[in-house]
Amino acid sequence: MTNPNRTRLWRSEGASGLTLISPPLIYAVLMLAAPLATMAVYSVFTDGYLTIEPILTAQNYIDTWTDVLYRSVMLRSLLVSVFVTAATVILAYPVAYFVSFNVDPSKKSMWLFLITIPFWTSYLIRVFMWKVILGYNGVINSGLKALHIIDQPLGWLNYNVGAMVLTLAHAYAPFAILPIYVALEKIDRSLMEAGQDLGETRWTTFLRVTLPLSMPGVIAAVLIVFIPTIGDYVTPNLIGGGKIPMIANAIEKLMLKADNKPLGSAIAISAMLIVGLVSVLFLFLNRRFMRGQR
Amino acid sequence: MTFSSKSETMIEFRDVHKYYGEYHALRGINASIKAGEFFSLLGPSGCGKTTLLRTVAGFEGISSGAVMVDGRDMADVPPNHRPTNMVFQSYAIFPHLTVEENVGFGLRKDPRSKEEKAREVGKTLELVGLTGFGKRAAHALSGGQRQRVALARALILKPKVLLLDEPLSALDKKIREQMQVELIKLQREVGITFVLVTHDQEEALVMSDRIAVMFDGEIAQMDEPERLYRKPASQRVANFIGTMNFLPTRILSDGARVATEVQGLGLVEVDASQVSGAATAGQPVVGFRPETLTILYEGQQATDREAWATVREVVYYGDMTYYDVVIDGTDRELRLSMRNVFGRPVLDIGTRTRVGWSPGALVLFR
Repeated sequence: MTNPNRTRLWRSEGASGLTLISPPLIYAVLMLAAPLATMAVYSVFTDGYLTIEPILTAQNYIDTWTDVLYRSVMLRSLLVSVFVTAATVILAYPVAYFVSFNVDPSKKSMWLFLITIPFWTSYLIRVFMWKVILGYNGVINSGLKALHIIDQPLGWLNYNVGAMVLTLAHAYAPFAILPIYVALEKIDRSLMEAGQDLGETRWTTFLRVTLPLSMPGVIAAVLIVFIPTIGDYVTPNLIGGGKIPMIANAIEKLMLKADNKPLGSAIAISAMLIVGLVSVLFLFLNRRFMRGQR
Repeated sequence: MTFSSKSETMIEFRDVHKYYGEYHALRGINASIKAGEFFSLLGPSGCGKTTLLRTVAGFEGISSGAVMVDGRDMADVPPNHRPTNMVFQSYAIFPHLTVEENVGFGLRKDPRSKEEKAREVGKTLELVGLTGFGKRAAHALSGGQRQRVALARALILKPKVLLLDEPLSALDKKIREQMQVELIKLQREVGITFVLVTHDQEEALVMSDRIAVMFDGEIAQMDEPERLYRKPASQRVANFIGTMNFLPTRILSDGARVATEVQGLGLVEVDASQVSGAATAGQPVVGFRPETLTILYEGQQATDREAWATVREVVYYGDMTYYDVVIDGTDRELRLSMRNVFGRPVLDIGTRTRVGWSPGALVLFR
């Protein structure tokens, strides 16, 4: 009470807001902003033997964007996440639609609960499960062998992009279902009746009314799946067997095994920029679809 | 449809029943609506009026009976192939489209050129008084404007029947009254059969050529507004349409003239044409509207009969005053309404006054 200014400062809204968010803020600064800044700095420094020389250079970025190896890994990552996103969203939409439109309202929360059950199992274990299913001596191969349908295990089940897409799509399905479900729930049901009343069939009403109105949910689902998939590290390692690395695996290798932190940082920053660009594109799309919706 | 006359039947309900599981929502609806008519389904919530309307639109199936539109059984006709269009209670304006796109929504399969369609949209917007609003986003409209978009969107398809599901209930009083008049004018202009669902008896009286009053999934009375008001078919209908006063009575003799003894009013003879359907409690009552009772000021003579009464409550409305009075010898308050004419004072509570009434204005429910 001796210093009225201090009291006022302490009581001001800004200060109390800051107090409220300070634990996660400190955490975010230490665990996210600081490492990011470090990487950004590393990416323009020069790699030395076991050290990082503070000599500014663009060479890391030039390597990142010109080296065929890194470019193809980046492209593969993009391709896998595009496939995973497409598969996930296309599979998730009917499920979300079913829960929103066909499930009795009193049972909806139970259905959503059931949909989240896969999350009770660790992501790592779910990925590993697919290895067990698809592996050389896995469930499918040994099952087919036991039934004498095949003599030799099918090698193409595992260690390829298809298996990675399958695994990731399965892992992210609930993430995609929930935002689409929320978007569908918000649609006034009389709009569908109006569509039919104005001469459209159920299907054309879906295309002209339901689908465009649910696009914000679809776009949210796309982002939620796309962003983490592109940087996925576990699945290429386990399902891809380390032979078909994605960008995260390449970064890890450069950072640790190859001890080239500046190049690793440049690739990481570049990958982040690409993801950021794609996300911004989708956000703009979303704004277009959000037109007229509160 | 060039020769549609008012006598032609547009919609016919033939013994329509509808069950939701055990619940009997429509209990044998029989009615026919003429071409070009402004027809209202009026009733309290849950009476089945909206369900009945939706059976015409095709959003609701029926359990038995038939719904005919323009001479055709609608049983296997999906909503998108019916010659009907609907104005939804929530308006159901597509939020992702502009006003124009909303109004032109149903024209996708129309073979006309883009320019012709755009002109049609413009004409329809003009019809509903929304010229210049075409490019607006639908969500940027007021309630009344949404209402007009919903109307335009349906009318542009030139349906044989326009179905309106409580279209004015979400609007505030001023705009609602204005829209009522506009809807009547619009209906006369386009000549389409309008079927309106409403729970607002005043709205039904103002707008309709004919009204079907529904209770519990049944039509209790189907009549022109004036007949409905003057001679309700039952005490329940009378209670629903406007205000009606009731006094218990005892029927003394039957015939072309019915003699009754009404509490507080004494012996009254009414014509057989004034005898109507069921009294709610089973005991006969006579009913009369507030405007059929008049306060007799000093020196005024009753045109017919009069009685002494005490003013119990005064409700002043500006143009009108409503009095709750108790006539000597009765045990209940009766509502009467007086126009506030210049020079006529508003009475105070507790005033003793004579009231004039006329046996010809009574309706006997038995």
